[in-house]
Amino acid sequence: MNLFAPLPPRTLVLEALAGKRGEKLLFSGLDLRVGPGEIAELRGANGIGKTTLLMIVAGVVHPAAGRFAIEGGDPEGRPETDIGYLAHRSAIKPRLSVAENLTFWGAINGGGGIAVEDALETVGLAPIAALDAGHLSAGQTRRLALARLLLADRPLWLMDEPTSALDAQGEALVATLIDAHLDRGGLVLAATHHDLGLTHAAHTVRLSRPVEVEA
Amino acid sequence: MTGFLAVIGRDLRLAMRVGGDALTLVLFFVMVGVIVPFAIGPDSVTLSRLAPGIVWIAAFLSMLLGLDRLFRTDEEDGSLLLFRHAALPLEAIVFAKMAAHWLLTALPLIVASPLLAILLSMDVATWGRTVLSLLLGTPGLVALGTIGAAVTVSLRRGGLIAPVLILPLSIPVLIFGAGAIASGSAEGISNAALLFLAAISLVAMALAPFAAALALRLAED
Repeated sequence: MNLFAPLPPRTLVLEALAGKRGEKLLFSGLDLRVGPGEIAELRGANGIGKTTLLMIVAGVVHPAAGRFAIEGGDPEGRPETDIGYLAHRSAIKPRLSVAENLTFWGAINGGGGIAVEDALETVGLAPIAALDAGHLSAGQTRRLALARLLLADRPLWLMDEPTSALDAQGEALVATLIDAHLDRGGLVLAATHHDLGLTHAAHTVRLSRPVEVEA
Repeated sequence: MTGFLAVIGRDLRLAMRVGGDALTLVLFFVMVGVIVPFAIGPDSVTLSRLAPGIVWIAAFLSMLLGLDRLFRTDEEDGSLLLFRHAALPLEAIVFAKMAAHWLLTALPLIVASPLLAILLSMDVATWGRTVLSLLLGTPGLVALGTIGAAVTVSLRRGGLIAPVLILPLSIPVLIFGAGAIASGSAEGISNAALLFLAAISLVAMALAPFAAALALRLAED
């Protein structure tokens, strides 16, 4: 496994970023800088905009104001290919086997990471690689989604509640994977409600509702 | 190229395992052929005169019916979100999905067309031209349909809107498709219709991946 080879250095920069969902302004004036080997944890109540912020950085939703950039990449390249996104929805096909699901994502995400078998071994799904993914529990599906991150070398991981549905072992696995990713010079932006138990210190970003000015 | 083939392979495999969907469309296609003789009478002269139009109407409608599933499941399980970050550009993924969709919805119809030819008392030469016009025209229909499906993917009840949206755009395919088989028309005219059909399909196939990918990128916003 080449889980230790250094990743290309990238820096995520957010400047005066504001996000809204529908017509509702969720947060504004957010400045943040996450460099290689750093993790920023997004905290805040449900509905405060953690997922929206991740979606903005993922390029899915346009920011309401401000700008964000992933610096350090090839200016001619596509910055979105620096991103590994662990989203709410698993993007796992229930009618494909565990291994088939991973092989597909490995093929379209390009190589660079570890092999499908090794990724399954790492997340503890190797014994059921041939099983239809539809039979997996929520926690196992989450593990499969985590395994997808390992297939391609993506410096920036966007993680939306990475430990949701996972057991204690799974939470430890997430911590190990994130620590290894940071050691390689990767960066992580994670939305979470509780401590991830990392050995690295995390920047904590507390999102709170902007003060609404009554007209 | 591996990524491109992986998308096609995945969509084919999913369709085979879920089953039913492709068969439903073929069944619909054949059913139209079965009921037409009952509706307009078994007179073989009338039937063979109407056959080209009927084949194309059947193909047209059954392909519109299958449009919704092009992006729907990928939207629902979050795959579309992750496609944006794939090393394979979204345009290429859309093109691959389009190709898979053609293999799943148009090819079965072409394979089933001899059945329709018998039911509608077509002669062999007309049937040959039918197959040729379907081969040339259906890629265009799929391409236009891809745009429609991409534009409506974020709408919960988009299933019926996509066909309505692309109906006017795909009328030329229908005109030239049926024109290419019509038995009354002279050799030169039906050949010209085939060329037009090929041109429409090529233009649509070249533009659709870009238009559809753009629509998909804007879908979540």
